Amino acid sequence: MSEQEILLILGMFLVTFGVRYPVLALVGKLPLPEAVFRALRYVPPAVLAAIILPAMVVGERGEVALNLNNEYLLAGIVTFLVAWRSKNTLLTIIMGMAALVLLKNALP
Amino acid sequence: MATTTIPQGTPRAELLAGVRATLPLVVGAVPFGIIFGALAVANGLSPAAALGMSAFVFAGSSQFIASNMVAGSAPIPFIVLTTFVVNLRHSLYAATLAPYMRHLSQRWLIPLGFWLTDESFVVVVQRFQQTDSSPYKHYFFLGSALAMYSFWQLSTLVGIVAGQSIPNPQNWGLDFALIATFIAMLVPLLVAKPMLAAALVAGVAAVVLRDLPNLLGLLIAALLGLVAGVATERFIRTPLQEAMAVAKHNAAQEEVGR
Repeated sequence: MSEQEILLILGMFLVTFGVRYPVLALVGKLPLPEAVFRALRYVPPAVLAAIILPAMVVGERGEVALNLNNEYLLAGIVTFLVAWRSKNTLLTIIMGMAALVLLKNALP
Repeated sequence: MATTTIPQGTPRAELLAGVRATLPLVVGAVPFGIIFGALAVANGLSPAAALGMSAFVFAGSSQFIASNMVAGSAPIPFIVLTTFVVNLRHSLYAATLAPYMRHLSQRWLIPLGFWLTDESFVVVVQRFQQTDSSPYKHYFFLGSALAMYSFWQLSTLVGIVAGQSIPNPQNWGLDFALIATFIAMLVPLLVAKPMLAAALVAGVAAVVLRDLPNLLGLLIAALLGLVAGVATERFIRTPLQEAMAVAKHNAAQEEVGR
């Protein structure tokens, strides 16, 4: 490993640990207003959706691709349906990946 | 999801429940780790550096972006700054979990803080929000973290070793594994209208704000989602739901007060 690589990993470690641990250690000690506590309950759906939706609808050139040629959109819809109907995490992931591989490779 | 069963009473039961709740999500993270290992080496990182990044940074999407920036010969401070912004969402996770963990010593907070990931956050916050009075819920976190961490190291290693023999890993849709995992984590949360509103607003906002640098749009979109959730909650709230929410909140406060 080169000196450059060590510096890179050290820097990435410091900023990543720095956004995780201090907040975890300090926020619990602060008197958190009820409103903040209430708002934070929406972190899981909000962050997940903010990662998922762009990955599904934004095309390779950064455009919004709401069409049938967008495999990620179609596979994403299939994944949502399987998750909703089956409520089974493992099955959802496997079916979702299978849908994308099929759409990408098997279909013209 | 597996988190709906409440583990009974011992640290060991909590730890194993944490592992069990996380294993399905590991299935989605492993392909991502393999692509990272393969791509990192193809992008010019040494195998040791690729492994070191997984071991010490432990944040998939930022590792991915960093290895692509290495290939583009970006200066180190710029890669580190990008990593910071990409991982800022973890401070939202930490803030959400902190009230449930204020009784823990640094011996727990330091490693669990280091091991905080998207996947562990979602299963662990659900465990903390269950109203049973188990004093060992942090063991659930530990189990989840150990499952994610060990498989992340293993899959990175597999990617490094097998990397050269996987032709065009990105054409295999392995990158979709993570999105499918996140969808599987999101859908069970959408049981109440405010949760649905938070997700819809955050998702649409993230698409609209996609051109902001370093996934900054993701963070702003998430914050807008929080606002939408709270606003919807105020708007639709009925007396029954109010009472249930207060009971849940009190139980949570009692939990963190111990």
